Amino acid sequence: MQKTIKSIIILILVFILGIFFLALNKNSNYDTEHLIGNKLLNIKLDSFENNKIISNEDLKENQFTLINFWASWCAPCRDEHPYLMELSNENNLNIIGVNFKDKKTYALKFLKSYGNPYDILAKDLKGKQSVSFGVYGIPESILIDNKFVIKKKFIGPINKNDLNDIKDIIK
Amino acid sequence: MLSNFGNFILFLSIILSCLIIHYSFNCLKTSNNLIFKNIYQLSLLQSCTILLCFFTLIAAFIISDFSIITVYQNSHSLKPFFYKISGTWGNHEGSLLLWVIILTIFSFLFLILNKKHPKNYRLYTLIIQNFLILGFLFFIIFNSNPFSAIAPIPKEGLGLNPILQDPALAIHPPLLYVGFVGSSIYFSAAMASMITNYSNNLFAKSIKSWVLVSWTFQTLGILVGSIWAYYELGWGGFWFWDPVENASLLPWFAMTALIHSLLVLEKRNLLYFWTIILCLLTFTLSVTGTFLVRSGILNSVHTFANDPSRGVYILVFLSLMIFTSIFFLFTKYKSKNDRINSNSKETFVLINNWFMLFYLITVLLGTLYPIFTDILFNSKISVGPPFYNSVITPVVIAFLILMAIGPQTKWIKNKFENLKYFLLISIFAIIINFLIVFFFRSYSIISNLIIISSLFLIISSTFDIFKKKILNFPRILSHLSFGFLIFFIGLNHNFSYEKDFNLKLGETKKFDNYEFVLKDLEFSQFSNYKAVKGKLKISDLSTNEERTLNPEIRIFDNPQTLTYEASIQTNFLRDYYLTMSNIDRSEYYNIKFQKKPLMIWIWISVIMLSFGGFLSLLRNAKNN
Repeated sequence: MQKTIKSIIILILVFILGIFFLALNKNSNYDTEHLIGNKLLNIKLDSFENNKIISNEDLKENQFTLINFWASWCAPCRDEHPYLMELSNENNLNIIGVNFKDKKTYALKFLKSYGNPYDILAKDLKGKQSVSFGVYGIPESILIDNKFVIKKKFIGPINKNDLNDIKDIIK
Repeated sequence: MLSNFGNFILFLSIILSCLIIHYSFNCLKTSNNLIFKNIYQLSLLQSCTILLCFFTLIAAFIISDFSIITVYQNSHSLKPFFYKISGTWGNHEGSLLLWVIILTIFSFLFLILNKKHPKNYRLYTLIIQNFLILGFLFFIIFNSNPFSAIAPIPKEGLGLNPILQDPALAIHPPLLYVGFVGSSIYFSAAMASMITNYSNNLFAKSIKSWVLVSWTFQTLGILVGSIWAYYELGWGGFWFWDPVENASLLPWFAMTALIHSLLVLEKRNLLYFWTIILCLLTFTLSVTGTFLVRSGILNSVHTFANDPSRGVYILVFLSLMIFTSIFFLFTKYKSKNDRINSNSKETFVLINNWFMLFYLITVLLGTLYPIFTDILFNSKISVGPPFYNSVITPVVIAFLILMAIGPQTKWIKNKFENLKYFLLISIFAIIINFLIVFFFRSYSIISNLIIISSLFLIISSTFDIFKKKILNFPRILSHLSFGFLIFFIGLNHNFSYEKDFNLKLGETKKFDNYEFVLKDLEFSQFSNYKAVKGKLKISDLSTNEERTLNPEIRIFDNPQTLTYEASIQTNFLRDYYLTMSNIDRSEYYNIKFQKKPLMIWIWISVIMLSFGGFLSLLRNAKNN
C-alpha cells in the first residue's frame, strides 16, 4: 500500500515537472505566424451596418482579400490608415475592416475624418470572433486569396514595406 | 569598474559557500558538541559579501552606470533618486541578488540563534542551505548576471516601467522575499532533521520563530501588493486571482498550515512527518512560483522579460530539490499510529490543515490548469475569479465557524460543555447580520452566511479576551482580524457602487444620487512625465455633500507609456475611487466612478493579522 502511494506521488511530480518542461519549449502564446498557408474556411463576421453575417460566400468573388482589424481608439491604426487608403485603389484587392471592441459613433467619426478604405465593414464588439482569426490585439491584418488561403499576416500596423509586399503578392 | 568589482564579489561568495560546506563536513566528524569558530566567521563573512554585492549594484543604479546592462535596461538618469534605488530589485537580475541575501542572512542567523540544539542538526541545516545558496549563485553568475557589462557604453538608460515607479512597489518585493525565500531555512532544517533523526518537539521549537517570521512578512508582502494593485491598476479591485498573485498565496497557505501543525508537534509530539512535508512543501511552492513567474510561461501583470534558458535552470534546480527531499522523506518515513481523539484540539488543528490544503490545491489547480490544457490539448483557456469565488467562498463559511470553535477545545480530550455558549454567539451573529440587511441593503444567501460566520468568529474571539484564564493574545488577534477581514470584504463586495460614463469639459451628468461635473483640465510637466489632471466635482444629492477628485493621465517618456492614476478619497467609512481615461480624437473622457465602503478596514485587518504573527514571534522568543 505504502509503495503504491509513493509511486503515485512520484508519478504526479514527474508529470507536473514534465509539463513545465514542455511548456518552456512551447512558442509564445501570441505567435500566430504558423497560420500562414492555412485556409480560413468558417469566416463569420457581423456586418457593421445591419444584422447580416459576412461569410466565405461574400468573399469568393474577390481575387484577394485583406482582413484588417482596427478601432478608433487604437493609435497605431491611424499610422497604417494612409497605406490602407492607397491599397483601396487596387482593383484585385478587397479590404474588409473589422471594427474591434469599438463604439459605432466613434468608428464612423474615424472613417469620416481619415477616409474609408474598406469595401466591407464588419464589427466585433467583444473581440470574440477575432480570436478565431488568431487575432488578440490590433492592428492586425490577414491577406487571403480567393481560395481563402492565408498568404500573409501582419501583426501591428502595416508599413511601407508591407504595402509593397501586398502589391507584389496581388500583382 | 563596478561591473568587475561586482563579479569578483560574486565569485568570492561561491568560494565562501564551498568553504562553509567543506568545514561543516569536517566538523561533523568531531565528537564534541562544538561548531568550529571559523564556520561562524565564514558565515558572517558570506552575509557581508553578499550585502556588499547588493550595495555595489545599488551604487551602480544611483550613479547611472550604463556600462552595466541591468542598469541600462532598467534605469534612466532623469529618474527620481528613490526609484533609482528601488529599480535595483525591480528587475529579474537584481531581485535574484535579493534572493541570495535572504538565503545567506537567514542561514547565518539560524546558525547563531539555535545554539541550544544539537551540533549535527545545525550543521546539516547549514550545509543544505549553502547548497541552495550555491544553486542560486551559479544561476546568477552564468545566466542572470546583474553585473554583465555592455560596450559601447550607452549614453542613456531605457528607464523603469512607470507602473513600477510607486512606493508600494518598492517595498513589495523585499517583504515578499523575506516571506517565501525565508521559508528556505525550514526546508533545510526539515532535511537536516530527517538526516539526523532530530524528530521530537525540540525540532518544532527550533523552527517555530522562522515560520512566524516568514509568515508575517509574506502576509505583509501580499498586502502591499494588493494595495498597489488597488491604487495603480485603476479598476478598483484589490485581488485579481492573477497567476502571480496566486504564486504568492500558495506558500502562504502552506505556512499557515505549518504554524498550526507545529503547535501539535510542539505540545504533543505528534504529526512529525506531516510537519516535515509542510516545511518541504512551503519552499518548494516558493521556488515553483518563482519558476512560473520568471520563465514567462504564464502571462500576467508581472512582466519580467521572457527568457526560456532561465526557466530551464530554475526547473532543473526545482526538480533536484523536489526529488532529493522526496528521497529523504521516503527513506526516513515511518508510519506511526498517532492516536488522536476526535474531540480534541489536535483534531481541530488538523481540520485547519485540511482547509489550508483544500485552498492550496484549488488555487494550484486554477493556476496550473491553463498550462496543462495548453500543452496537452492545445487549447488556451484562462481560469478567472468565477472559478475561485465559486469554489472557495462556500468553504470559507465552514472554515470561519471551525476557526472560532477550535481554540475553545482542549488538548488530548475535550468535553463539549460550551454548546450553549456557541448557540448564544450564533444568535448574536445572526441578529447583527439581519440588522445590517434591515438598515442598509439585502444581499444573497451566500453573502448572508459569510457575514454571519465571520461575525461568529469575531464575537467568539472577542469573548475569549475576557473569558480565558491564560490569554493567548497573538492567537486571538490573528483569528479576530481574519474574521474582520472576511467581514469587511463581504460588506465591501455587497455595498459597492459603480458607474462608468463619458464626460467632456464643463459637462454635467446625473446618475442615481450623484451629480458629476468636469470642472477643469490642468496640463503640467514633471521631470519624467507629462500629466493631464482632471478636476471633477461630485455632489451627493441625498446629503448635499460636495467633493472634488483629481484623477490623472500621465504620459511617461522613458519608455513612452500612458498610465491612469486613480484619484482616491479615503475615510473610515468608504473610499471614493475615480479614474479618467482619454478617448482618442474626441473631447470626451471616460470616467469610472466607484464608492467602496469600509475599504481601509480590509487593509487594517490584514495589518492586524500580520501583527498577530509578530506578537506570536515575540512571545515565542520570550518563552525560549
